[in-house]
Amino acid sequence: MVKDSCIAGCIWLIPALPLLGAAFNCLLGRRVGNLLVGIIGCGSIGLSAVLSLFIFNTFLALPVEQRRIEVNLYNWIPSGDFSAPLTLLLDPLSMVMAAMVSGVSFLIHVYSTGYMRKDESFARYFFYLNLFVFFMLLLVLAGNFLVLYIGWEGVGLCSYLLISFWYERESAARAGLKAFVVTRFGDFFFLLGIFLIFVNFGTIHFGSVFEKAPEVLSTTTATWIALLIFAGAIGKSAQVPLHTWLPDAMEAPTPVSALIHAATMVTAGVYLVARCYTIFELSPIATHTVGIVGLATAFISATVALVHNDIKRILAYSTVSQLGHMFLGLGVGAPGAAIFHLLTHAFAKALLFLGAGAVIHALHEEMDIKRMGALKQYIPATFWTFTIGALAMSGIPGFAGFFSKDAILHATFVHGGVLVWLMILLTASFTGFYTFRIVFLAFFGEKRWDVHVERPIGVMTVPLAALAFLAIAGGYMGVPHALGGMDKIGGFLAPVFSSHNPAEPAEGGAQAPEILLMVMSAIAAFGGIGTAYYFYMTPQGKEAPNRLRQRVAPIYELLSNAWYFDRVYQAVFVEPFMKAAGFFWEAVDSSVIDNAVRGVANSFLGGGSIVPKLQIGAVRWYALFMVLGITVMLGYVFLLM
Amino acid sequence: MVTTSHYLILGSALFGIGVLGFLMKRNVIVLLMCVELMINGAGVSFVALCRQTGSLEGQVFVLFAMVIAAVEIAVGLSLILLIFRNRATLDVDKLEVLKW
Repeated sequence: MVKDSCIAGCIWLIPALPLLGAAFNCLLGRRVGNLLVGIIGCGSIGLSAVLSLFIFNTFLALPVEQRRIEVNLYNWIPSGDFSAPLTLLLDPLSMVMAAMVSGVSFLIHVYSTGYMRKDESFARYFFYLNLFVFFMLLLVLAGNFLVLYIGWEGVGLCSYLLISFWYERESAARAGLKAFVVTRFGDFFFLLGIFLIFVNFGTIHFGSVFEKAPEVLSTTTATWIALLIFAGAIGKSAQVPLHTWLPDAMEAPTPVSALIHAATMVTAGVYLVARCYTIFELSPIATHTVGIVGLATAFISATVALVHNDIKRILAYSTVSQLGHMFLGLGVGAPGAAIFHLLTHAFAKALLFLGAGAVIHALHEEMDIKRMGALKQYIPATFWTFTIGALAMSGIPGFAGFFSKDAILHATFVHGGVLVWLMILLTASFTGFYTFRIVFLAFFGEKRWDVHVERPIGVMTVPLAALAFLAIAGGYMGVPHALGGMDKIGGFLAPVFSSHNPAEPAEGGAQAPEILLMVMSAIAAFGGIGTAYYFYMTPQGKEAPNRLRQRVAPIYELLSNAWYFDRVYQAVFVEPFMKAAGFFWEAVDSSVIDNAVRGVANSFLGGGSIVPKLQIGAVRWYALFMVLGITVMLGYVFLLM
Repeated sequence: MVTTSHYLILGSALFGIGVLGFLMKRNVIVLLMCVELMINGAGVSFVALCRQTGSLEGQVFVLFAMVIAAVEIAVGLSLILLIFRNRATLDVDKLEVLKW
């Protein structure tokens, strides 16, 4: 019990420390100099990370049934039947998320001090970044829907601010706006979902909602709530059809892409669906939708990543694709595997983005992989860590991504059917291809650039090494039973997804297929990497990409235009909206409303210019008017009587 | 027999002469005298009606009015003196600087 209360007393500090850091950097950052800003920025997150790891450690020592700690910080909105306390909830799910978020954020903060050291808005950058971490931690530690929603919108805001960080660039400003509007579109449905929950349950408290969900909700209501919540997740986690903002979000500084658009914020949707899994379970339609959307996203964006040349865009589409994997995992009834993949993906993708940042940094803002090459000799540390990230991302056995992807693949095979599994297998080989396409084009081959290489400094390589370690070791918290492991993470998370037991230990002979599936997925990944090797590393394969492009020209067109999502949205939503807005601006606002307002003002102005003329300064005229006025008034009174 | 009506007619006449004088004369001192006439016209009516109804309030009013009129004359005449010193005229039609 001592441990219990000790944890309960400390939880609030995890989000509070980044908030303090943000406040400091916001108010004093410009005055105290970059060194102190960096120390405060990293230090506040670092303390928060240490604290959450410490709490994690204490948490593990608790018996399973006590691993659910709620702290009521403040009764925020008590209003009639509705009450919205500021509740923090610590259970296995939020624990791993908080630990991952604070840990990865800390590494990325440290990296940022190196990456952004020459930027003149250093303090502003760290203010946004710290604020983001605060909102993200609030999101994962929330104990009811409203607190979660605050975090949800807060991270959206910070994402907007950081995408548009270099706001003098028009493309950055536009990308920020796009990200904000598109995610807000999803958030709107999420908010409706929260309303629907309140209407049905009379509370928004996680514990009571999920406990009562099976009795209170009919299948139809559950479907509605789940779909509305999922719509929010689609927006935030960049799933088809709302995924178009994420590739554009690469206008942000690269560490931001690593933190927000790979490791943390975009995974909030996965976290949300996992958190509400009890509701999703009640509705087969909703679960299927999640799975189908996830599958479509995973496949579509993986294909798009095949043909792009911008290193960050490839990684962005890869992120979208991997998020699709996670939703597929949720859809096929394996929330534990989805969260596991979320963690390993966070490590690997943060690593890849930071590595890409180091490459871009080295070549002075060059992002086109066609203009890289031979960087292996120049920035070896980046090369090795990037390759580890790529291996983990592709799902090569022994690296983190392998175990988590395998868990999802297995659940897909069991619950989703062979066809879905084959599609995901194909996607896995695509993943291997596009990640190693970057590796081969950027680090090997001939040198296709001509600048002075700027080597990453120590504060940039150390986080890379740490993430590389995590990208290898992270997988060993979930070694499946089939390989003689314990699937620790699955077991740890299982109580959250109460009624569900994902990735049941395959019994006896059933182990064989799981191992077979693993072998198949490893073969797929190696196949993708091998193709990339053939295309970009061997002399005889050099012409192959061009030949292939000519042979399947329509498909290439489709892919390089990202399946025309942006074009269609431009034509269907943006342009009509702009036209309507133009109409309302010119025809309604400028002519009708403005003229009405101006008319009122002018009438007063006109009246006002007449009345003062009566003041002529002649006393006797005033007296005459008085007499006349009194006469008229008296006459009126007498006439009335 | 002098009735209340006679007094009221006298009062009204005084008041009317005051009003007409105020409107038609241009000398400031004469205007001040006209104001006095109006006050006294009203005072006569007060006292006459007072006597008819047998109450005292009207007479009290008149006493007050006389005191205030005296004060007003004092202030008014000193203002006129200052105006004359500054502008060398007592013609109201020429004192018209206070306008829009």
